[in-house]
Amino acid sequence: MMMQELLASQPGPVNFLIFFIQAVALLLIVLGFVTYVILAERKVLGFMQSRYGPNRVGGRLGLLQTFADILKLLVKEDTIPDKADKKLFILAPGFAIVPAVMVLAVLPFTEHFHFADIGIGLLYYFGIAGITTLGLLLGGWASNNKYSLLGGARAAAQMVSYEIPLVMSVLGIVLLTGSMNLIDIVEAQEKVWFVFTQPIAFIVFSIAAYAELNRVPFDLPESENELVAGFQTEYGGFRWAMFYLAEYIYAFAMSALAVVLFFGGWQPLFPFLDFIPGAVWFGLKFAILVFGLSWVRATWPRVRPDHLMEFAWKVLLPVALANIFLTAIAKELIQLF
Amino acid sequence: MDVLHIYQNNYLIVLAFLLLGILLPVVALFLARLLRPHKPSKAKYTTYESGNEPIDDARVQFNVRYYMFALMFVIFDIETVFLYPWAVAYDKLGIFALIEMLIFVFMLLVGLIYAWKKKVLKWI
Repeated sequence: MMMQELLASQPGPVNFLIFFIQAVALLLIVLGFVTYVILAERKVLGFMQSRYGPNRVGGRLGLLQTFADILKLLVKEDTIPDKADKKLFILAPGFAIVPAVMVLAVLPFTEHFHFADIGIGLLYYFGIAGITTLGLLLGGWASNNKYSLLGGARAAAQMVSYEIPLVMSVLGIVLLTGSMNLIDIVEAQEKVWFVFTQPIAFIVFSIAAYAELNRVPFDLPESENELVAGFQTEYGGFRWAMFYLAEYIYAFAMSALAVVLFFGGWQPLFPFLDFIPGAVWFGLKFAILVFGLSWVRATWPRVRPDHLMEFAWKVLLPVALANIFLTAIAKELIQLF
Repeated sequence: MDVLHIYQNNYLIVLAFLLLGILLPVVALFLARLLRPHKPSKAKYTTYESGNEPIDDARVQFNVRYYMFALMFVIFDIETVFLYPWAVAYDKLGIFALIEMLIFVFMLLVGLIYAWKKKVLKWI
């Protein structure tokens, strides 16, 4: 209620300060999530490979492992290679992290817990997220290192190629909803989730999302056994942590976006289950998708670069395009009868 | 008036996130600067190349493939920019807009098929 009044009031510095504090609160939640999802991922990977995973720092479960890692990064000496382009080298992690924080603004978590409720939510997400590519390419170029350059170029080629199927796959949803506002999209799924009405879109979206996140099986930009660490080879300490953080914030944002677009956001699985609060539903769906990220990482081998690029242009793009027109024609036919 | 304020405030939230995004790396790197050691030595600032002396500059000439994919990206990204408003307004536009969009996409598809036949999509 208070939020409604605040939104209706004259915009000014006080409003901005309140919004900023709210944004900080969300960022702290996301950072907490990132800290524990890294641990959870290492634990899941350990479990799937019949080993323990982190189990020394913070009890048997290694609950403080990530904090120890952050502390290590914090006190690490900062080295910028002499041959590197210093200004760009310093700027590149910023280009990766700023868009990652910005996309959080439009994600609706529950009916009442959301931030910017803007009409172009979906387009905003993809438009801003695309800027991160520039950060990776810039980092690779500025390092003046062969591995970095190859990794950065690969990252750029891969991310621009997969951005198109990613953006096109969700057009079917925009067609069905008639809106790009993410809250409207969730509300349109009250009866049926879009994963059932748009199954092709969901498949294309998931594949392209894994590629956009640079996750296994599409982790070619950093492929550690051929390119050392790809575009981030020369980075260390907190500069490197910014790249890593951006990657995991995107894992958070993309999973949340998938829940919003395909799994009905905070809507319950069946209408009679709506006594369970929306936040629990959202969290549950979200947790399953995040677990999926680790699961895929443990089971799939990395694809070859040429297969990767050809797959985006020769398979995903035509399929995504076909899906748009299939949806439009289906919509016309339903109206006809 | 209220509607306008709600609209403006929502974009103010976006600005708040932008400021937060800029402050995050700045504050984090400033903190790290206070805590981290600084013991420079010449070897630390050489470029990494698996322990060998780096040979030449890393900035070599590129395979033109990257350029072709960038061009393809620009074409299809603009296409999506056209597709989005079309999808939003589809209910009002009706079947005529569908046919128009089919023609538009068909022309771009011809371009894709041409690139495919010219083996531009093959990554070497």
